[in-house]
Amino acid sequence: MLPYFKRIINQNIREIAVFIVIIFLATFTNIRSGGNFFTSQNINDVLVESAVMVIMSMGMMMVIITTGIDLSVGSIMALSAMVATTIMKNNLTISPVVVILIAMGVGLLCGLINGVFISYVNIPPIIVTLGMMNVFRGLAYVVSKGSWVLQQDMSKSFMSIATTKVLGINMMVIFAIVVVIVNNYFMNYSRRGREIYAVGNSEESAKISGINTKKVKLFVYSIMGVLAGLGGILYVCKYAASQGETAKGYELNIIAACVLGGVSVSGGTGKVYGAVLGALLLGVLTNALPLLNVSPFWQEFVKGAIILISILANVLISRRVQKKAIERRATDVK
Amino acid sequence: MSNNETVFRTIDSKRAFDLKRFMFQWEWLLLIIFIAINIINSSLSQNFLDKDNILSAISLFSDKAILVFPMMMVILLGEIDISIASTMALSGVIMGVSYQNGVPMPLAIILALITGSICGFINGFILVKFKELSSMIVTLSTMILYRGVANIILENNAVTKFPTWYNFFGWGKVFGIPVILLFFIVEAVIFAYIIHFTSFGRKIYAMGNNIVATRYSGIKTDEMKIVIYTTMGLFSAIAAIFLTSKMASVRSSIALGYELDVITMVVLGGVSNLGGKGRVIGVIISTFIIGFLRYGLGIVNVQAQVTLVIIGLLLIISVSIPNLRSILKK
Repeated sequence: MLPYFKRIINQNIREIAVFIVIIFLATFTNIRSGGNFFTSQNINDVLVESAVMVIMSMGMMMVIITTGIDLSVGSIMALSAMVATTIMKNNLTISPVVVILIAMGVGLLCGLINGVFISYVNIPPIIVTLGMMNVFRGLAYVVSKGSWVLQQDMSKSFMSIATTKVLGINMMVIFAIVVVIVNNYFMNYSRRGREIYAVGNSEESAKISGINTKKVKLFVYSIMGVLAGLGGILYVCKYAASQGETAKGYELNIIAACVLGGVSVSGGTGKVYGAVLGALLLGVLTNALPLLNVSPFWQEFVKGAIILISILANVLISRRVQKKAIERRATDVK
Repeated sequence: MSNNETVFRTIDSKRAFDLKRFMFQWEWLLLIIFIAINIINSSLSQNFLDKDNILSAISLFSDKAILVFPMMMVILLGEIDISIASTMALSGVIMGVSYQNGVPMPLAIILALITGSICGFINGFILVKFKELSSMIVTLSTMILYRGVANIILENNAVTKFPTWYNFFGWGKVFGIPVILLFFIVEAVIFAYIIHFTSFGRKIYAMGNNIVATRYSGIKTDEMKIVIYTTMGLFSAIAAIFLTSKMASVRSSIALGYELDVITMVVLGGVSNLGGKGRVIGVIISTFIIGFLRYGLGIVNVQAQVTLVIIGLLLIISVSIPNLRSILKK
């Protein structure tokens, strides 16, 4: 029984570490702020804050597992939200479901463009998404002609997405939970999900074993696009304003969430709940700093330091695990 | 197979002259794009070819151009550095704050240079000690970190009122040529010499092609990497000095997004981001392409956001062309 637990812990050491950090940070904040963290209102705030990040990190996780990266997600969020809200502005009776579907459709299109260039034209992901980041951001301005879509231009039923509660849980959080559950099933139990891990471990051997690696990559970037569309429209719904600058620099948060959650940038490894924990850690952090009276000018530094420390710690942990595995094998041989 | 070919092609500098290969070089295409941009621009606006306008346009993009060559070395290694803009901000802020607190300006400038070098050194050091990490993710976190430190030091204040001679870096002219352009020319010559004609430069190409093989053939790859990243940091600080001199003020938010422009210039110049491929002349032409494109589009009153779209598309299309050719051949 004990060795079994030991193995489970060893296999999930990174995710457990992140979980402990979250608990520690939350408890610390709660004590320092005089019990202001563990209130139902604040927990709700943290979850809503993290919801968009969780949704997006599900897509980014797949991208990073295939050793890729997507820097254009912030721009896709802005563009798809802008297209959807502009349509809503001109036609207020439109159903919120349709608005969300439009945003996801635009996101899919953007993701497909990224994917075609990356997998079929064979350009490195960082170059494609760097260029597309500019293109999509520029298009968001062109679509809006530089103007904003504000609260009064959005329909009431759309605005209520961010505030409606079902069984005491905010609608945005429910969106995130659904995406996570679907993605968890997809990554662990479906054929395509396992193919993504295979491509990330070794593209060459994946190709030899009959996986259409190009299709897998195209698929991954398209899903990232769809999720960015969904994330973008929820983001806009939460802040009740859609503009060209929407979610500028958000891609860094998403990548940071994945890396914090133990998704390895060298590809092939990363767990769904790890990425969720990473996003939650960032959400808790954003919420905790004001509660701790940390000056807003310190926030970026703290964020950067935590990301840097966690990726370095990640490496040290995995080195240790590997060393232990080698030692174990050596004693087995004896 | 194709990998062996590239190794052969780049390492063997004394190959025979081949007309066909000479004609199908990336640099020719760049030159054509550059000329086309100028023709289109000058037909759209008579002010385009004005000498003063051109000189001021050049000094507008020169602070980015300064960063192009060290970035080229980093990309030749197959690595990347996206923390440069934050390094610029941090060294500019250190300079401004120390001047504000009574440090003489020349010393403050030296402090900025040291700060930049340290930032670059930290990047290189982490990359060498933690080989499992990609440079993308390391410089991503130091990018947030350095900007964060700059935010802490200066909050949202600005340092202004530099001594008048400090304007010289950004606005001064020697023989009618902007100082910043002169610096760029000297820098280009020095870097072209280092990259193409010294053993240091050959080692960079070797590392970009196969770092393990290079290490096994006795080259100190770790030291090389640290030196290159430190150079990158040092030049970020130099760029920060030119930029702050031009703006006559320092804020912690300066140079936001510079890394994208610089990387675009380098990659458009034909430097493969897989490492080990690319030439200085291509990078120089592409720097001017982007600079003049910005200038020309500005003159005909194209929105800044549309310029973004055009530059992004230019990057992707230009990188696609060589690949499309090989795809169509199949």
